[in-house]
Amino acid sequence: MKLVPTASQTVGPYFRIGLEHLCANPAAKGAKTVTVRGRVLDANREPVPDAMLELWQADLRGQYDSQPESANSRGRAAGFARIATADDGSFAFTAGRPGAVPFDGTRIQAPHIEVLVFARGLLRQLITRMYFPGEEANAADPVLQSLPDDRRATLIARGPSSAAEILEWNIVLQGEDETVFFAW
Amino acid sequence: MPTMPVIETAAPGTQPEYHYPPYVSSILRSPRKPLMMLPHTLTERTGPVFGHGIVAANDSNLTAQHPGQPLGERIIVHGRVLDEDGRPVRDALVEVWQANAAGRYHHRVDQHHAPLDPNFTGCGRMLTDENGCYRFKSIKPGAYPWANHHNAWRPAHIHFSLFGAGILSRLVTQMYFPGDPLQPYDPIFNSIADEKARNRLVSRFDLDATEPGYALAFSFDVVLRGSMKTPFEAAQ
Repeated sequence: MKLVPTASQTVGPYFRIGLEHLCANPAAKGAKTVTVRGRVLDANREPVPDAMLELWQADLRGQYDSQPESANSRGRAAGFARIATADDGSFAFTAGRPGAVPFDGTRIQAPHIEVLVFARGLLRQLITRMYFPGEEANAADPVLQSLPDDRRATLIARGPSSAAEILEWNIVLQGEDETVFFAW
Repeated sequence: MPTMPVIETAAPGTQPEYHYPPYVSSILRSPRKPLMMLPHTLTERTGPVFGHGIVAANDSNLTAQHPGQPLGERIIVHGRVLDEDGRPVRDALVEVWQANAAGRYHHRVDQHHAPLDPNFTGCGRMLTDENGCYRFKSIKPGAYPWANHHNAWRPAHIHFSLFGAGILSRLVTQMYFPGDPLQPYDPIFNSIADEKARNRLVSRFDLDATEPGYALAFSFDVVLRGSMKTPFEAAQ
């Protein structure tokens, strides 16, 4: 018999007490890193100062560090990061560049970072993805290509090229340019 | 071949909707456009793992993180973390945070004029054992007023954050206490339409787990989404 998963509740305004210990963004190793800056905005485009992002991504080879033995002496595996927004709703993180990831036997997914959004006001986390600008593989990415044409751009960070060291990406919780969020 | 979680969509009413106007903060922060379908690719079927290096000695004893004893009723909170098939989730990172006995959070934003307790921070973390069990000591948190509506009070609760086998098993929730008269008035608790699902957030008083002469005990089991079927089982 299946058990019913426990219901979600909001992370609330005081999550830093319990969750900030993982918020340090360890400097990504290796030369191939990217810094992403942005803001979390509400329906009135007001900044959300009490949001938290969790990132999950593959390494440059497209592999996920999901094996128990890989949790290092500090107790955490690579590929995961947690970031709280600042008073002005801004966030910034530096990540190793992810590689392309398998989709099924034949197709691949373009490099992307899975992003979970938690905040006061969100009774359940939101799930979205960030893709890279100017990345050729975007045109064949099965998830990106499944989205309506007029909403796809909300998942692609802004920057001069796929190799840019600094990218910008906002998360808009509601409104005309609302970020694409996924059912899960 | 690592086993990967198989995730099914939540049954209606067992999870809160994003837009729930009685909880005023949800009005401007909830998406209104349709949620898009997300195939469960390798990205969704994997997730971070954590090791014992992340947990320090007093992280599971919130009453022993300062030189003195915190004020309030000492409690033990324990339970099991299971997947949807009832299998224990081992080495799951459980993070908890809460208000002190007076209903005040150790947080700069909390301006409730109840006293801070210099002997209580209100945060803890632990990994589940091989049976999926967790256990921590704390003090019973107080209720506190909030600005959602006139004379709004949050029922006593402890925030829980849990990581399961994959990123889609991720859960943040709140544990409540049995017999709390504030629960029927709380929009966050009542955002879960299904009464059974809602009441599963209420812990059970557990006389057997009390420490005589020292602390009361409450039991709270958590079910994470997904089941750790092997790929062979998943194909059946």
